[in-house]
Amino acid sequence: MGHYFLRRLLIAVPSLLGISVVLFTVLALAPGDPFGEMLLNPNIPPEVAQRLRVQFGLDDPVWQRYFRWLLAMFRGDWGFSFISRVDVDTLVWQRVPVTLAVIGASQIMALLIALPVGIYSAARPYSWFDRIASTLAFVGFSLPTFFTGLLLILLFSIKLDWLPFVFRTDIAATGWQWWWEHIKQAIMPVMVLGLSQGASWTRYVRSAMLDVIRLDYVTTARSKGLREYAVIMKHVVRNALIPVVTLVALTMPQVFGGAIVTEQIFRVPGIGALLIDAILRNDTPVVMAVTFVLSCLVVLFNLIADLLYGWLDPRITYR
Amino acid sequence: MAGSIPASPIASASAASRRNVSPAAEAWRRFLRHRLAVAGLIVLAIMVLMVAFGPLLWKVAINDIDFTSRLHTPNATHPFGTDDLGQDIFARMLYGGRISLAVGLAAMLMAMLVGVTIGAIAGISRGVVDTALMWLTDLFLSLPQLPLLLILIYLFRDALKQAFGPEVGVFLLIVLVIGGFRWMPVARLVRAQFFSLREKEFVEAARALGASVPRQVVRHILPNSLGPVIVAATVDVAAAIIAESTLSFLGLGFPPDIPSWGRILNDSKEYLDIAPHWALFPGTAIFLAVLCISFVGDGLRDALDPRRVL
Repeated sequence: MGHYFLRRLLIAVPSLLGISVVLFTVLALAPGDPFGEMLLNPNIPPEVAQRLRVQFGLDDPVWQRYFRWLLAMFRGDWGFSFISRVDVDTLVWQRVPVTLAVIGASQIMALLIALPVGIYSAARPYSWFDRIASTLAFVGFSLPTFFTGLLLILLFSIKLDWLPFVFRTDIAATGWQWWWEHIKQAIMPVMVLGLSQGASWTRYVRSAMLDVIRLDYVTTARSKGLREYAVIMKHVVRNALIPVVTLVALTMPQVFGGAIVTEQIFRVPGIGALLIDAILRNDTPVVMAVTFVLSCLVVLFNLIADLLYGWLDPRITYR
Repeated sequence: MAGSIPASPIASASAASRRNVSPAAEAWRRFLRHRLAVAGLIVLAIMVLMVAFGPLLWKVAINDIDFTSRLHTPNATHPFGTDDLGQDIFARMLYGGRISLAVGLAAMLMAMLVGVTIGAIAGISRGVVDTALMWLTDLFLSLPQLPLLLILIYLFRDALKQAFGPEVGVFLLIVLVIGGFRWMPVARLVRAQFFSLREKEFVEAARALGASVPRQVVRHILPNSLGPVIVAATVDVAAAIIAESTLSFLGLGFPPDIPSWGRILNDSKEYLDIAPHWALFPGTAIFLAVLCISFVGDGLRDALDPRRVL
């Protein structure tokens, strides 16, 4: 297990480096010059502008600039946001927990939908339940997250007036009341993300189950007289979930994408909303830092999935 | 499942003359069996016809501002109602549908082109080239796509706008970026297909007859690996439509004077409480288009990939 972990970790490092190269290339290729305005300003003599360029190393070869940038990124030295007037890393780190909480809650909700529905559908393929569940799954992942969000706001906030549609961090309540208010305002964002994820996971679970349920060892389990429930839960589900774990990890980038949209609709103060705000206000250091953090999170989740995969399926380790 | 469905008139007709049924006709017969896919295809065809010919028949300007009829609910003169400037939503949606669907198709073609090329090169040349290309594919798969999409558009939008004008520039950028982030599954699929097909007897026969590698690929391997690629292509159209709407919804896609469906939805969200119809029509259009394309893709999977039919 330790050996396997080390190998996976060593695979994660190049992909992080690859992502950083892509990010830096995008930044370096982008038109526009940070000192462009300064050159046009008649109050700044050209020598001063030139000295500033040399001081910030803008005329160095590309690979030197890349390594300097990479080092700064890993040291947590992400620059200063000229719009919000704070260091970028404080700005980003105060937003990350909210995003992780919303994503975590919605993943749990998606699992709670996908596992029972997928398993039951696969246990009775082409039954009425399966047909209805499959159709609903199609509807679920065809609904774009932004439209689901607007529909939920329309239903629960405007027509029924049950839930608030703007996320507030300054709730002036304590104890249970505080928790209740927070849960109430988190329901809709979590539902939007959870439903779209749950719909696609249901299909994964169902098809993975159907692949396993036809194998010989399942017939053996049935023929030794085990109850159907025990066959499905103990023998089929455990093996069917292994490919599902990988597929779930591969959809992680989409989950973060969905989180950006959801945070924007409900004004949840997470890093997704921060990213959009920063883009709309041309706050480049924040944009780069948030993208870098999101990339790291994606790599991290891929690593976790790989480890889970190795733990669930002992055969992997010996390959 | 195949045996449990009573043979349709088409099926029995083709069974009688089984001898001269082409593979395409066989696939079409299997596609027709998937009722939801056929329904999806019909709805999709109606939508395409509407956005293609609708603006020619419904001659209301998309930017005809009329403050006397602001935020009207659907009525006889404005079948889908009006927005906050009194512009006709039906006309805007017919026009915007062209853009949304065109972006979907163009981005899919882009993704197919890149994916099939990379997958084919990796599949035919093993060794270092294959390893390097697959590493690249895995790298792209682990990139956070929406943030990068947003960054690329943020950084390059103005330059392209200046070079090609606002409409074409944004269109090109969105198509290139969406297409550039969706080729990876196709590349993997094509590579896997190549790996199994290149060892088949008919390819070996072609090789023995002296066919060059490009000829083997183009004439023998590629046509046989297209089934799963076509299925992936339909999925990509749907994903590209969603991606474009998402960008426009976030205010980073097309400018307000080019009303793609996502853009109309973005404009409508401030008026959700007083004019819900404004959001419901474009949202439903995106949803219907994506749902129909997904169903068609599912039907094509059954039709083109015989192994998957239970």
